[in-house]
Amino acid sequence: MKIIVTSIFVEDQDKALEFYSETLGFVKKHDVPTGEFRWITLVSPEEQKGTELLLEPNNHPAAKEYQEKLFAEGIPVTMFGVADIHAEYKRLIDKGVKFTMEPTKMGDLTIAVFDDTCGNLIQIMQE
Amino acid sequence: MNRDKDVIFKALGDSTRRLILDELSERNELTLYELTVRLIMKHDLSISRQAIAKHLSVLEDAGLVISKRRGKYRVIIFNNEPLKNLLKGWIE
Repeated sequence: MKIIVTSIFVEDQDKALEFYSETLGFVKKHDVPTGEFRWITLVSPEEQKGTELLLEPNNHPAAKEYQEKLFAEGIPVTMFGVADIHAEYKRLIDKGVKFTMEPTKMGDLTIAVFDDTCGNLIQIMQE
Repeated sequence: MNRDKDVIFKALGDSTRRLILDELSERNELTLYELTVRLIMKHDLSISRQAIAKHLSVLEDAGLVISKRRGKYRVIIFNNEPLKNLLKGWIE
């Protein structure tokens, strides 16, 4: 089995698409109307045939509660890998991204956590 | 007052709780997630989130830790106030 798509809940699909493409730098792969919402996925610019990230609407009340409770405790919903976490941290801070955890060395890893402005915390890590 | 001291000494009598205070005093405020990550990954503890929450409630009862909402998230803050008078009678 392969992981083709992984999803995160977002409050507003347009705003999320803007953040994930323009701020984070992912590339839009699919944007298909599906009734009230859209099937929007993005891929890493370095791996455009790799795993897709689906921006899924959080219109179900359980999804909102899940997001709010994880957010309140500072728990990230997913993780992305970066080559140079300090450079990435600076790049994102310059773009106004708010971090709940600065780059912190943990054994062989360095991790940081930021607010995606769509209701989630995202962890980035450098191996 | 003496009862308060018992609660504080009991809270300080556990090495994990002292480690939590070490981490908090270094950083002023942490989210529960960040604290958990630090305890598990930096200090190599095998501890569940529930166990950390229990330690935090002991520290909170002793007044050594307070939790505050920061916008959408909650942070844990070290409060050293109760420690200030703790040993005063013996030292001065």
